[in-house]
Amino acid sequence: MIRRFVLAVGLICGGFAAHAEIDIQQVTSPGGINAWLVEEPSIPFVALEIRFLGGASLDEPGKRGATNLMVGLLEEGAEGMDARAFAEARDGIAARFSYDASDDTVRVSAKFLTETQDAAVDLLRASLVAPSFDEVAIERVREQVLSGLRSDATDPDEIVGKAFYSAIFGDHPYGSSENGTIETVTALTRDDLITAHRNALARDRIYVGAAGDISAEDLGALLDTLFADLPETGAPQPADVDVQTTGGVTVVPFDTPQSVAMFGHKGMKRDDPDFFAAYVMNTIFGGGGFEARLMHEVREKRGLTYGIYSYLSPREHAELFLGRVASANDRIGEAVEVIRDEWSKMASDGVTPEELDRAKTYLTGAYPLRFDGNAPIAQILVGMQMDDLTPDYITTRNAKIEAVTQEDVERVAAELLKPEDLLFVVVGQPEGLEATVGQ
Amino acid sequence: MRPLTLLFAFAVSCASTIAASAQEAGKVTTFGLDNGMDVVVIEDHRAPVVVHMVWYRAGSADEQPGVSGVAHFLEHLLFKGTDTLAPGEFSATVAANGGSDNAFTSYDTTAYHQRIAADRLGLMMKMEADRMVNLRLSEADILTEREVIIEERNQRVENSPGALFREQKDAALYLNHPYGTPIIGWRHEMEQLDLDDALAYYGEYYAPNNAILIVAGDVTPDEVRALAEEHYAPLPPNPDLQPRARPTEPRHLSERRMTFRDPRVSQPYLTRSYIAPARTSGAQQEAAALSLLAQVLAGGQTSVLTQKLQFDSRKAVYTDAYYDDTSMDVANFTLVMVPTPGVSLEEGEAALDAVLAELIETGVDAGQLERIKFQIKASHIYALDNPNSIARRYGNALTTGLTVQDVQDWPEVLQAVTGDDIIAAAKKVFDRRQSVTGYLMGPEQQTPLQEVTQ
Repeated sequence: MIRRFVLAVGLICGGFAAHAEIDIQQVTSPGGINAWLVEEPSIPFVALEIRFLGGASLDEPGKRGATNLMVGLLEEGAEGMDARAFAEARDGIAARFSYDASDDTVRVSAKFLTETQDAAVDLLRASLVAPSFDEVAIERVREQVLSGLRSDATDPDEIVGKAFYSAIFGDHPYGSSENGTIETVTALTRDDLITAHRNALARDRIYVGAAGDISAEDLGALLDTLFADLPETGAPQPADVDVQTTGGVTVVPFDTPQSVAMFGHKGMKRDDPDFFAAYVMNTIFGGGGFEARLMHEVREKRGLTYGIYSYLSPREHAELFLGRVASANDRIGEAVEVIRDEWSKMASDGVTPEELDRAKTYLTGAYPLRFDGNAPIAQILVGMQMDDLTPDYITTRNAKIEAVTQEDVERVAAELLKPEDLLFVVVGQPEGLEATVGQ
Repeated sequence: MRPLTLLFAFAVSCASTIAASAQEAGKVTTFGLDNGMDVVVIEDHRAPVVVHMVWYRAGSADEQPGVSGVAHFLEHLLFKGTDTLAPGEFSATVAANGGSDNAFTSYDTTAYHQRIAADRLGLMMKMEADRMVNLRLSEADILTEREVIIEERNQRVENSPGALFREQKDAALYLNHPYGTPIIGWRHEMEQLDLDDALAYYGEYYAPNNAILIVAGDVTPDEVRALAEEHYAPLPPNPDLQPRARPTEPRHLSERRMTFRDPRVSQPYLTRSYIAPARTSGAQQEAAALSLLAQVLAGGQTSVLTQKLQFDSRKAVYTDAYYDDTSMDVANFTLVMVPTPGVSLEEGEAALDAVLAELIETGVDAGQLERIKFQIKASHIYALDNPNSIARRYGNALTTGLTVQDVQDWPEVLQAVTGDDIIAAAKKVFDRRQSVTGYLMGPEQQTPLQEVTQ
């Protein structure tokens, strides 16, 4: 079954218009797998983006890191091919596969030339459906993961995330690194990886976006080839978490010249009716670009950092509003103070009409620019499906941004930004910064 | 020393549009403006987007001694005001039109770029042309932005023992060439950079006859020409622009070895960097052989270092090899080896050297070379999906002494490399006298306190 939506992504600003024709076809394979496709035959290759919902959060108790190690082994041999044979076959046809586990998904990205499509799909299928989990490969990849964990242990950027998420999520999978710990990864067995594979890679949680030189019919057949041999269902998804923070500063002492800080509190769900107002608010507050208030106040005006930003982080099971900054140990205290002030100001005073106009113009103008290649389009298609959007979202999205009023932004800012809940975790040797939250 | 205009022969000879040859060249058009500014247009009409870039043939290696970091500092300052733009207005205008902008500095080049709806190209050119010649800086701009670049150095370098290690390694590798000085600058010199330093660099290098305009995306060469004539052509060239003449390397007679210890290192590793020849216009064969040598050694799971050290002997957790084909005067070929726990750095280094010796002895596996060449062909197809990457390829080449022809010849030069060429290049480059071997390690092992007190 194929449904076709022909959409023009358009914007009008300053009297000009930019249009990208994005023709989304909804494909359902004979075997019942759904995918979205943008057919673009001008370059002879296909970009395929696959997501399995659940990801590393499906790790069983005491097995933290199992999904991550399992995913690392998908390209290390399958169906009688050892790691070398698999790599030779893949490289010989110049196919590119990447596999990655994150908190909410197992992500598989593939690119292959039209001329070698069948061979590429056979290899990709083997890696997903019939990985060998060969003992020699397990030990080799385990050592790589352990090496990464050792490096992370003394990397302030990693330490800060670990401490922040642990403080907020505790024993929930979100509270620890998806890579696991030295102890858990060392203890993982081949059986644990087989279990992780069965738990994470199942047909009831697949999302697919495709773009490039492939027809809907061929994509339908390809989907069945890739996924028909996966189990129908996997492990149940983890529980939702209601985020609660106690405002203040936690310091993780670490001997390094520049302190790294992560800050934030509860955020907003992606399907909240106010999400667009919150998104516009954050663009003004701490979104990318030099015009955002945080960037202006902390970097441009005071030179306290090279970079600062905030972002809405709506995950599958919890919503956060987060930010990051890094400043020399003797200046981080001032940066924290400025961020706190800005947090309160936005919550109580809202935004100016000029700021709102600028943010809307930027967001609506930037949107069509995202659709500028097969690989980015395939990623957008899979992201839209995971957010439960319909294909016509592409044409309505900018209108939703335009519809946000100053009153909306101010109401949402007052609801969302809670200075009393604002938690800072600082890694470094900060001077003049009182730790107010116990570790 | 040849004058710059001869180094960049295409700039003189290509005043009219060159019909581009073969493969990707079907979409690439080049021409020049009368004031010496070169123009490259890369067409991609799939989406209504353009990338607009101006590349200057000036980077950190063109700085005067004593003001390291000034090229990068000035790059930051170009986002401050001009006669007609207030500080920050450049980026604000780009954003107000839905675009994004940034810039970067390397040893050999400084580039400014915006990504925006195709119908805003003229506005980008207007503003970029303006800040090429009309920059207005205040003391306050200078002081605040100097703190920003010092925080940038903190973030990129001071907070990372691996980055400090690379900086020390490069300083030891280049005996005379400014590639031994970090792009971002030495901290003690960055702290002293002032308005005069920035303006001196600006006055010398920011001029149309030292710049290359690259536009990639949904635009025709005629449209780019018309807009460039309007915005860039009126800018006066700098008649005093001097040829790029950096100090060159003397003979390297003595191997250098270094150990860098930092308590923040929890995963020790070793690197070896050799001085290597750079890509040379019209004679890219040796550089092509070195590019393929890096692929043979570390290009994926079937590469030699991965197979021998990670799969067979399992002495390494990770290995890498790379050759920088965008370096102007001289390049380096670098090897990385992260040993498995229980394998010392000395043992790891011996194993690495044994693999290099064995490769030179046995030669390149024909099947592997065939796979690498097919992947290179495919990479040119994949690259068509991202015109920005093609734009960068041209920008890097044209600011490091290569020509459009060199860029377009490069795929065929790579395909023509033989296994014997690769081994010959390896023999020549893998000479320890022209190398630095570095060990990055944690602090010296100290006897745990409880053992002392027990």
